[in-house]
Amino acid sequence: MISQFFVLSQRGDNIVFRDYRGEIQKGSTEIFFRKVKFWKEDGQEEAPPVFNLDGVNYFHVKVVGLFFVATTRVNVSPSLVLELLQRIARVIKDYLGILNEESLRKNFVLVYELLDEVIQGTKRMPGTAVTKSVVANDPTGRRREEIFVDLIEKISITFSSSGYILTSEIDGTIQMKSYLTGNPEIRLALNDDLTIGRGGRSVFDYRSSSGTGAVILDDCNFHESVHLDSFEMDKTLSLVPPDGEFTVMNYRLTQEFKPPFRVNTLIEETGALKAEVIIKVRAEFSSSITANTIMVQMPLPKYTTRASFELEPGAIGQTTNFKEANRRLEWGLKKIVGGSEHTLRAKLTFSPESHGNITKESGPVSMTFTIPMYNASRLQVKYLQIAKKSGTYNPYRWVRYVTQANSYVARI
Amino acid sequence: MAPPAQSHRSSSPSQPSGKGEVSDLKSQLRQLAGSRAPGVDDSKRDLFKKVISYMTIGIDVSAVFGEMVMCSATSDIVLKKMCYLYVGNYAKVNPDLALLTINFLQRDCKDADPMIRGLALRSLCSLRVANLVEYLVGPLGSGLKDNSSYVRIVAVMGVLKLYHISASTCVDADFPQTLKHLMLNDSDTQVVANCLTALQEIWSAEASTSEEASREREALLSKPVVYYFLNRIREFSEWAQCLVLDLAAKYVPSDNNEIFDIMNLLEDRLQHANGAVVLATIKLFLQLTLSMADVHQQVYERIKAPLLTLVSSGSPEQSYAVLSHLHLLVMRAPYIFSSDYKHFYCQYNEPSYVKKLKLEMLTAVANESNTYEIVTELCEYAANVDIPIARESIRAVGKIALQQYDVNAIVDRLLQFLEMEKDYVTAEALVLVKDLLRKYPQWSQDCIAVVGNISSKNVQEPKAKAALIWMLGEYSQEMHDAPYILESLIENWDEEHSAEVRLHLLTAVMKCFFKRPPETQNALGAALAAGLADFHQDVHDRALFYYRVLQHNVSVAERVVNPPKQAVSVFADTQSSEIKDRIFDEFNSLSVVYQKPSYMFTDKEHRGPFEFSDELGNLSIGAESAAGTVVPAHRVEANDKDLLLSTSEKEEIRGPSNNGSAYSAPSYDGSAISAASQALSELTILNPSVPGLTPQSSLAIDDLLGLGLPEIPSPAPAPSPPLLKLNSKAVLDPGTFQQKWRQLPISLSQEYSVSPQGVAALTTSEALLRHMQGHSIHCIASGGQSPNFKFFFFAQKAEELSTFLVECIINTSSAKAQIKIKADDQSASQAFSALFQSALSKFGVP
Repeated sequence: MISQFFVLSQRGDNIVFRDYRGEIQKGSTEIFFRKVKFWKEDGQEEAPPVFNLDGVNYFHVKVVGLFFVATTRVNVSPSLVLELLQRIARVIKDYLGILNEESLRKNFVLVYELLDEVIQGTKRMPGTAVTKSVVANDPTGRRREEIFVDLIEKISITFSSSGYILTSEIDGTIQMKSYLTGNPEIRLALNDDLTIGRGGRSVFDYRSSSGTGAVILDDCNFHESVHLDSFEMDKTLSLVPPDGEFTVMNYRLTQEFKPPFRVNTLIEETGALKAEVIIKVRAEFSSSITANTIMVQMPLPKYTTRASFELEPGAIGQTTNFKEANRRLEWGLKKIVGGSEHTLRAKLTFSPESHGNITKESGPVSMTFTIPMYNASRLQVKYLQIAKKSGTYNPYRWVRYVTQANSYVARI
Repeated sequence: MAPPAQSHRSSSPSQPSGKGEVSDLKSQLRQLAGSRAPGVDDSKRDLFKKVISYMTIGIDVSAVFGEMVMCSATSDIVLKKMCYLYVGNYAKVNPDLALLTINFLQRDCKDADPMIRGLALRSLCSLRVANLVEYLVGPLGSGLKDNSSYVRIVAVMGVLKLYHISASTCVDADFPQTLKHLMLNDSDTQVVANCLTALQEIWSAEASTSEEASREREALLSKPVVYYFLNRIREFSEWAQCLVLDLAAKYVPSDNNEIFDIMNLLEDRLQHANGAVVLATIKLFLQLTLSMADVHQQVYERIKAPLLTLVSSGSPEQSYAVLSHLHLLVMRAPYIFSSDYKHFYCQYNEPSYVKKLKLEMLTAVANESNTYEIVTELCEYAANVDIPIARESIRAVGKIALQQYDVNAIVDRLLQFLEMEKDYVTAEALVLVKDLLRKYPQWSQDCIAVVGNISSKNVQEPKAKAALIWMLGEYSQEMHDAPYILESLIENWDEEHSAEVRLHLLTAVMKCFFKRPPETQNALGAALAAGLADFHQDVHDRALFYYRVLQHNVSVAERVVNPPKQAVSVFADTQSSEIKDRIFDEFNSLSVVYQKPSYMFTDKEHRGPFEFSDELGNLSIGAESAAGTVVPAHRVEANDKDLLLSTSEKEEIRGPSNNGSAYSAPSYDGSAISAASQALSELTILNPSVPGLTPQSSLAIDDLLGLGLPEIPSPAPAPSPPLLKLNSKAVLDPGTFQQKWRQLPISLSQEYSVSPQGVAALTTSEALLRHMQGHSIHCIASGGQSPNFKFFFFAQKAEELSTFLVECIINTSSAKAQIKIKADDQSASQAFSALFQSALSKFGVP
């Protein structure tokens, strides 16, 4: 099915290359790289993950700046190949510990081997005992008996110009990384009042159970190792985790939730060719929680020539920037403590050419952030039970929560 | 295996400049080859690593082949692996050297360690050197019996590789039968899955020449085998599950209960985190329920949530693949997704290929209840910094307006675009306003008021300029300045680079002239003069035409440029529904991502799971075409919104006697036109008013030509010959056709001659299939080119569900048509044959 597999660096160098069927002409790596690099002359559009050139289908996924590419002449399932590429990247990362150009080059023998196990014939994903023993140079022995469970939620919100929530969604995932010897069975209990499926109601229904009580997921899916036998009854997932990192469960909810940040933006014309922008960001979560690596961005009218910034007095860890190339204002904050509010003032100067409505030609304001130990959905891992081998067996268990912005947008 | 392409960029600091390094390596390897000193393996490892890293970046290190092989006498597994990797890469280009490796690989195939056995066997089979196949048979045979499942897994794929190197060696060793046994008995599911992969490939390839292989391939789709796989599906790896689901999608259940059993069994596959598993399941569900409208609709409802979850989880690449499929479903049945429109809103950080899909989906799902919100959202994008998306968004607004819902509010919004004073926004909006006016002339007042305020100097894009000029001409009565604006545009004739704009200018000034002659006379003269002198042929010709028609008769000229116009009701769709159906048939393949059926982007042997086997598979147009070349009347007529409706009608008509197969023949009349065509096609073959249509007379003619047709055994001494009417809207899905073709015996096989006119008209296969469709004989697959064409047709009786299948091979140089007919009702095949022949004989006759 797959003809070739290769990994290219950001500059287009071959890091890994394997040809399985010998049916695709030489130079496919360069053909691919040139096409991706120059997809559209104006450079505005990104190449899609799948394209066809002269009868050859090129699939790629980008992982840490590297291109993982597969080629085939067959009309295959695109999902299958893209899932496979993503999985290959993750399996390699599991085995190498860290995934980058250098680690790939250093360990290419291992990488080739993993690839062969995955693509050629067996197609069995490493992680099973078989492959583990096939791969001779195992990563240096892992130290402790421990298991990590991460709840990662990505928030998408669009606020209207008057601050209403137009759309909101949480895309969550439960990731697990197990370093337990002997792969014992694990039971993961979620909120008792968890419900799945929003019945006959319209999917966007903000009246439902806001603020309190049940967590209602619109939908979710599970890793194949997960048994759902008792899920209906006690909201418990049981599984024998494979080696390495994997996704136990993906979920999605559009139930109303409290947005972690409110953004207010004001634009005022202050003179013939001048305007002032005031952006206020308010953190609406508990003061015991701190968000970090916050970045606020706002496109400005294209005739903006200059922007000068004024931060609130005593601001620390904040940066401001006016990106002239794409007329964008950038405001970075190292951290924001729950309950606090921060303000940025920007004075804009416009070129004398004609300009229309300033408000219409600016924005929307978008935000990226990470909030550790916070999750907007209130989905929780109530407990994490590991099948005991002996009375003294008590491995470390880590359950971590983190919330990130996916598309966090406030229109103005 | 071809060595990797030579890279011209320097990729690693240690990249050697030339052959010096390779020969260095060579001598170092040679020194180590015989050595048994302690630590020699470590030195070998370093050298091997170097060799392989050179190989990866594209340096030819085949020169050290011999030395590598010499060094391979080791018990170090890491060294062995590197050696296998190396050998696999260069054996094909150095077949002589490859022979050197056979020995140690064969020895390793007997190693005590199953890992080494497996790896060696895999390497052995990867050599891909035809003259070494004799060495593969033994190790493969024992590999298939190995007690390590790992070795068996490798051996099964090894058999497939052997088949590709030398099919006869593989078959002679009876490997396919061994695989079949393993497939049905092995305890390891991966062995089982690999057997299935290998056997599907081998038997499909063999089927064209071997009856037995063809039967075996059928057997893979038999109920016991398919159920054997389905019942164990949870034990398989997620990748193998996809394989099983693909297999099940080819299986034709015997009744609805079976369909429900399969769907209930696989219901939980929709909750899988792997998008490939979910899409394969969805494909199966959609196919199984095609003939059950209600259930089909339920499937759409059921798969919504899982699809949306997959779109929002996973990498952008994975979600794109799923979104493409969601897009296809939304475009097919937009009303099912109309309440989910917010999911199709664009996020600012999405790549444009995702945004484009979403904009199309938003356009499709717009209806009375959500149009206002959707258009409001789209208007936000119109101001977007991403200009291509802004343009697409404005076009989307226009399309929604043309979709007839609540135009009122939209027109206002479009007019606001015109006031935004962004050049590209104005340009896009002008084009839309023009289309809108063609459909809703009643809005001209409002539009004209706004368009009149636009300075033509601010409109530069040819399409927009042409639209503005069209409006100036069309509404010159209402637009006060029209003659003067046109005049100034004509003054700048030479600066106008677009021929399209100049053409529009000519026509507009003509229209204006007839409405406001005194004000336009000068401008018209100038325009005609400029047009006559224009270097562009079309512009010149149009100017000349106007000039002459004006000279000839002014009122005729007026009627030419200002005829009474009817509002356009529907703008032509860019993609035919036949193409869309084909793409749907190829669900869960690249066809969906590219939005093209597979024959448009891939050659026949690579069409993957849609490979349509059997005789149909040999056709050049459509391997999978069987899956798609259907041109039944019903499909062509049905627009997307009718998808479920039409199937439900099918359902009603089929009645209780039907056993759930997917074909049916609704004989309802859609319109006057189809009624007329139906009337035409229902001409009976015995209609005495149409001479030459009776079997007797046409046969008589053929006899005169000395074709020596076999005598027709008179079909029972019936008092009156059977009246054969065909259904003009017969429908048959390719799967059923394929199945019937396999099951039914040939009831009639004949050779007709084709008239010279017919031969002349048969330039493409399409010409004939359109002709035959006029006679209610539908083409399901066609192919070939002059002089050999091959067609598969089907037809159905008008009153009952009795189907005729025809294979027709026409050779235009010998003017002969070879016909094979298979029929549900064999007693009617004579009558049908006559009808077919008569239809064919009329081809090309005016």
